[in-house]
Amino acid sequence: MPPNDCLARNEWICGAYLTSRRQILLDAVGQHLRLTAVSVLIGLAIAVPLAVLARRRRWSAGPVLGVTTILYSIPSLAMFSLLLPLYGLSATLVVAGLVLYSLTLLVRNILAGLRAVPDETRQAARGMGYGPIRLLLTVELPLALPAAMAGLRIATVSAVSLVTVGAIVGFGGLGNLIYAGMNTYFKAQVLTASVLCVVIAVAADLLLLGAQRLLTPWTRAAWS
Amino acid sequence: MTTLADAWAWLTDPAHWAGDDGIGHRLLQHLVLTVGCLVISCLIALPVALVLGHLGKGGALAVNISNAGRAVPTFAVLVLLLLTPVGGWGEGPAVVALVLFAVPPLLTNAYVGMREVDRGVVRAARGMGMAGRQMLFHVELPLSLPMVLNGVRIAAVQLVATATIAALAGGGGLGRIITAGFNLASTPQVVAGAILVAVFALIVEGLFALAERLAPVRTRGSR
Repeated sequence: MPPNDCLARNEWICGAYLTSRRQILLDAVGQHLRLTAVSVLIGLAIAVPLAVLARRRRWSAGPVLGVTTILYSIPSLAMFSLLLPLYGLSATLVVAGLVLYSLTLLVRNILAGLRAVPDETRQAARGMGYGPIRLLLTVELPLALPAAMAGLRIATVSAVSLVTVGAIVGFGGLGNLIYAGMNTYFKAQVLTASVLCVVIAVAADLLLLGAQRLLTPWTRAAWS
Repeated sequence: MTTLADAWAWLTDPAHWAGDDGIGHRLLQHLVLTVGCLVISCLIALPVALVLGHLGKGGALAVNISNAGRAVPTFAVLVLLLLTPVGGWGEGPAVVALVLFAVPPLLTNAYVGMREVDRGVVRAARGMGMAGRQMLFHVELPLSLPMVLNGVRIAAVQLVATATIAALAGGGGLGRIITAGFNLASTPQVVAGAILVAVFALIVEGLFALAERLAPVRTRGSR
């Protein structure tokens, strides 16, 4: 007699799915987190110098913002496909695509943060004998932190959701489970993976919000 | 470089333009899907946002819905819809998902635009004896138009992207050229499809930039 559990009945919510596919789910979540974290960190490493350049050399702001905006308006599936000849079917392809997306959000927000640093503050620091590097590291970047963190949160949440499209090349974290579940009409798998995606996005957002509060204690007074 | 040449050869082959799977038909599908869903989304979102903005109510909802929309993967929503009864109606899942993802930016931008209208101007209009409807259509809406249009632009770009992903879940449109290319392991076809999608998206973005430039000075963002 065939088993008559929720898996056999193909129900949306199924506890037996969670217990029997635990390892698969954990692996997918792990891949999802790795892809997101690596892409956002690389994006950040490129975005900070770009934003500083756009702030210091006024002529470069237009081209930097223009190119990142163009990159951002290319749909994710097309972005991954355009990178196919360069990276083949690999996790690097997904990371490269996600880096390009997070760049736009990060550069825009960091630049806005740097531009919002009051001129008097900068002049005061210069008057106290701060050189350009020290000014940047100890005055401008910390003051730009709230805006930069807002960008980082948006970029991270978007990356978590965009990783799923990586399923087209087999490196989509939970997206792989959604893709496979679609082809087999496996409702429990699709719903579980989708919910986990949202949970990861919300958790990452809250984590970054907490980090922002710890990093910028001077803004807390204004909030409470 | 050879990949680009191969992709170009694929694109310029007349055989790939004709038929139901041809570029011409896919392009038309993509266009109909995006424009149709943009109109539906505007009809749903803009009246709600304008009335809420006029009354100054429901702000938390209108602003947070955009953040929530970002956290939900488009692909997941498409597949979930495909597995529900909606999946039975041809392009049903794609249309529903497209509208779902186009509504948040429309709602948020139109609402914020309405609330950013100078309160002094609104009070002056009220003092002149304007009724609520007159204020909405003759004062608040014209002044918030740049933000409303910005929302329409974001929604349009989002629609083009979502319509592309719809191909992963069996929808029509240009994305199908890409997914078919992956299934055939044909890199030239994948790249050619991606170029078509990218150009389509950039034309949409460009059209809105042009519209903003051609708009009367009054409606241009002054910030």
